[in-house]
Amino acid sequence: MWAYLVRRIVYAVPILIGVNLLTFLLFFVVNTPDDIARMQLGVKRVTPEAIDNWKRARGYHLPRFFNAREEGAGKLTETIFFRKSARMFAFDFGASDDGRDIAREIGQRMGPSLAIAVPTFVLGLFVAISFSLLLVFFRATRLDVVGVVLCVAMMSISSLFYIIFGQWLVAKVWQLVPISGYVAGLESWPFLVLPVAIGVFAGLGASARWYRTLFLEEIGRDYVRTARAKGVSEPVVLFRHVLKNAMIPILTGVVVVIPLLFMGSLLIESFFGIPGLGSYTIEAIQAQDFAVVRSMVFIGSLLYIVGLVLTDISYTMVDPRVRLE
Amino acid sequence: MRRNSPLWLLSSCLLAASLAGCGKVWNDPYPGERADAPVLYSAFVNRPKHLDPVQSYSENEATFTYQIYEPPLQYHYLKRPYELEPGAAAEMPRVRLIDAEGRSLPDDAPAEAIAATEYTIRIREGMRFQPHPAFVGGLAMPDDPRTIADFGRNGSREVIADDFVYQIKRLAHPQLHSPILELIAGYLPGLRDLHRQLRDVAVPAGGWLDLREYPLEGVEVVDRYTYRIRLAGTYPQFLYWLAMPFFAAVPWEAERFYAREGMAERNFTLDWWPVGSGPYMLVANDPNSRMELAANPNYRDDRYPCVGEAGDRDAGLLEDCGRRLPLIERVVFARERESIPYWNKFLQGYYDASGISSDNFDQAVQTVGDGDVRITDEMQAKGIELVTSVAPTVMYMGFNMLDPVIGGNGEPARKLRLAISIALDQEEFISIFRNGRGVAAMHPLPPGLFGHRGGEAGINPHVYDWKDGRPVRKSVDEARRLLAEAGYPEGRDAKTGAPLVIYLDTTGTGLGGKAEVDWLTKQFRKIDVQLVVRATDYNRFQDKIRSGNAQIFYWGWNADYPDPENFFFLLHGAQGKVASQGENAANYRNAEFDRLFERMKAMRDGPERQRIIDRMIAILQHDAPWNWGFYEVVYSLQHAWIENRKPGKIVRNTLKYQDIDGALRAQRRGEWNRPVTWPLAVGTLLLVALVVPGWRQYRRRERSTALSAEAG
Repeated sequence: MWAYLVRRIVYAVPILIGVNLLTFLLFFVVNTPDDIARMQLGVKRVTPEAIDNWKRARGYHLPRFFNAREEGAGKLTETIFFRKSARMFAFDFGASDDGRDIAREIGQRMGPSLAIAVPTFVLGLFVAISFSLLLVFFRATRLDVVGVVLCVAMMSISSLFYIIFGQWLVAKVWQLVPISGYVAGLESWPFLVLPVAIGVFAGLGASARWYRTLFLEEIGRDYVRTARAKGVSEPVVLFRHVLKNAMIPILTGVVVVIPLLFMGSLLIESFFGIPGLGSYTIEAIQAQDFAVVRSMVFIGSLLYIVGLVLTDISYTMVDPRVRLE
Repeated sequence: MRRNSPLWLLSSCLLAASLAGCGKVWNDPYPGERADAPVLYSAFVNRPKHLDPVQSYSENEATFTYQIYEPPLQYHYLKRPYELEPGAAAEMPRVRLIDAEGRSLPDDAPAEAIAATEYTIRIREGMRFQPHPAFVGGLAMPDDPRTIADFGRNGSREVIADDFVYQIKRLAHPQLHSPILELIAGYLPGLRDLHRQLRDVAVPAGGWLDLREYPLEGVEVVDRYTYRIRLAGTYPQFLYWLAMPFFAAVPWEAERFYAREGMAERNFTLDWWPVGSGPYMLVANDPNSRMELAANPNYRDDRYPCVGEAGDRDAGLLEDCGRRLPLIERVVFARERESIPYWNKFLQGYYDASGISSDNFDQAVQTVGDGDVRITDEMQAKGIELVTSVAPTVMYMGFNMLDPVIGGNGEPARKLRLAISIALDQEEFISIFRNGRGVAAMHPLPPGLFGHRGGEAGINPHVYDWKDGRPVRKSVDEARRLLAEAGYPEGRDAKTGAPLVIYLDTTGTGLGGKAEVDWLTKQFRKIDVQLVVRATDYNRFQDKIRSGNAQIFYWGWNADYPDPENFFFLLHGAQGKVASQGENAANYRNAEFDRLFERMKAMRDGPERQRIIDRMIAILQHDAPWNWGFYEVVYSLQHAWIENRKPGKIVRNTLKYQDIDGALRAQRRGEWNRPVTWPLAVGTLLLVALVVPGWRQYRRRERSTALSAEAG
């Protein structure tokens, strides 16, 4: 397994370089260094001299990929691409274009994002699996039909609706929790209850339907019939045998998102005033802050690769037949 | 359900919680904070980019910087028109006009005779900077400090003239990119040279650029409390700049402190943690969530004004006459990215004041009679008050004067621009898209500024007629007539017969933008002109404006200071966007207007200046380089417990004057936010109602046998 892991890590390097290159290309197709400077300097009284000074101070005055004026390696290293990208591989993200330390910003925002994302993920998974097993238990009854219709209805509604409706009903009409805001520490729970509940509820329909399909596929297998024939109760059949055997497709969809929980949720965090990472990238794109955009895309890619590796490892845990060679 | 079953216990707990919850607020977004404390609660949407007074220029940053730094001058809080008064200065600056031989000139000397202007500024004695660790020598770096308070010890010192001079030198700092460097360098001798000189100075890592070592030609310290600025020529508007934090005192110790190793990596910079001598100091800075100002204990003895404009006494704005400022101990700014939670928290009493978004306009305001507005009954019942004011802001449609069809000084193009100006029903636009929050503009100068004339004398006679005591837009027939005279009868080129197509460049691509574009297309269709909208992203739009490739476009300007110069310069030939990358986006150039502008700029307010302004306005109205658009009207709501709040966008250091009736706020918050707990009990019962049949079904299934099932 270790050889496999080393191989995956080595494979990750060209992928990350490729992603970085693509981000750079896409970003600079839309925004020139002059545009970036103007965005940072504001809209009033911005002179060409001020733009030139700003670019020079931030290294945006250099050519993008190839510096013909330099000698030797300088032709490649004295460029915007190299200067802005190379040190990211040492996890040195530097400062944003408005001068803030990116690593520190990410560190500060990660906590609130996780405070929402982890309970939403864990609870969501638990509720969706339980609900879908319940539907399987009551399969071909009216409860099953009602449950499936409910799932389809729930997955047809935009998550924005859940957020706005939830805020209106629970926070405004019933006044049970704050509409938005956040405080760090244990006092944060009143601010988290509603967004977590909405997060769980908004994802329930699609997840439950997907898991129900997986479980229904398993429920007709021979080992289930054998278990029943041996007198194993239905809940034990479902939770111990069916669930375990349906784990591979569940893990495929679930484990890969675990590292990405750090990245937060744009909508939930915006509406509930959670100071997380969800809006960091969007705000950076709006502010044309390339330093933040490249860092966040880099971290996102890295976490996705980590998620895929974790998924592979998790297969070996639930299915002894799987070997990572 | 058995008495000791989990469901029974859960229901009992929820019922108990429901009962216990009666009369207690559950939705307080400020846990642990007393509602009756003298704290103002406000919100911000966009995080401020800069809090360094040499860089900060945006309105959302001014909310903080104007409270933290105290420039030499400030605007009188209550008087209108706006009036400058001493802030950190002990008195208004002594201004000396000097001719080429160095002799003093009288105050009314013509601009061309003035070779230099000298401002001698005497600051108040005994002012002190806010408590800050920068003033404590040899302070060790604590382990992973998060806020400035983590440094443990604070010091302070007296504010002296050198601190103001130091800040002026900071305008030239090569790493700070002050937005007004080029503007001020045009008047202040030596500033540009200092900038060039500093660019070549190598600052070692962990070191700092001690600007005290670099002289600046146009500025000198006279004594401990006096300094002098000598400008080339004359620039009377410089006094307004002295009312901005660009010219406030900044201690050199702050720069030394923040230059220490490990500071920038932890976001400890002057741009993040300001050090000023104003009424407030920044004590919490998480711009993603919450920023907090606390009263500066070292703030000078500053008192609430005892005079204002007519009506201020009746409005209760003079009741705190003579009270020491600031009146509020803390100001909390919470970040709200979305308007829905912002609005609802205002209605719950968790924000003390709020603007009105289009989504909530009908809930907050209703139009009565002839365009008058008043607050809705729902708001009135809560004691919420509506405050309106015309902002020193103009939103206009610019005609690119370099465009071969619509631009230029030729008569046909001028008539075409006028025809469009008449056809675009600005009043309808304000009504539909701004909920009435605007006043149709007659020229670039908003109300409240010197030179603006109201009534019949102030109308644009090329677009409006004065009828029954009010301006009435000229008819579409008049627009068609002008269009025909311009060479486009019925919207077609008289020579070629080709339809006239006008191109609007815009960045608006959203739903709101689409509706506006549809409306605009309809307006142009009234005179048979085709409108083509070229929507693009912000960068490309800016490129088009800079290169003069746009034909018509929307633009706006928010005043820096209340002087007509700050609006007329937007049409000054020397400010042409294409020619000199200035602020004249329409690239308008008129020799007479430019000459009058130079004269007007150097004059003091008076009949002669008014006469020149009248002439300048007449030229602009005749040439029509803009469709004058509208002046923005700001609607703001405030709760009954907030006191001394007077609108006025030019006055930005407003927080020190405001007060809170904390007891009333605590009472209202309690009344408005009683939790409704019955849904919890109902929810529990519903859960039980779902679980019980399910459980029965399960039991029945478990007990059933294959034989009985088949038989069944």
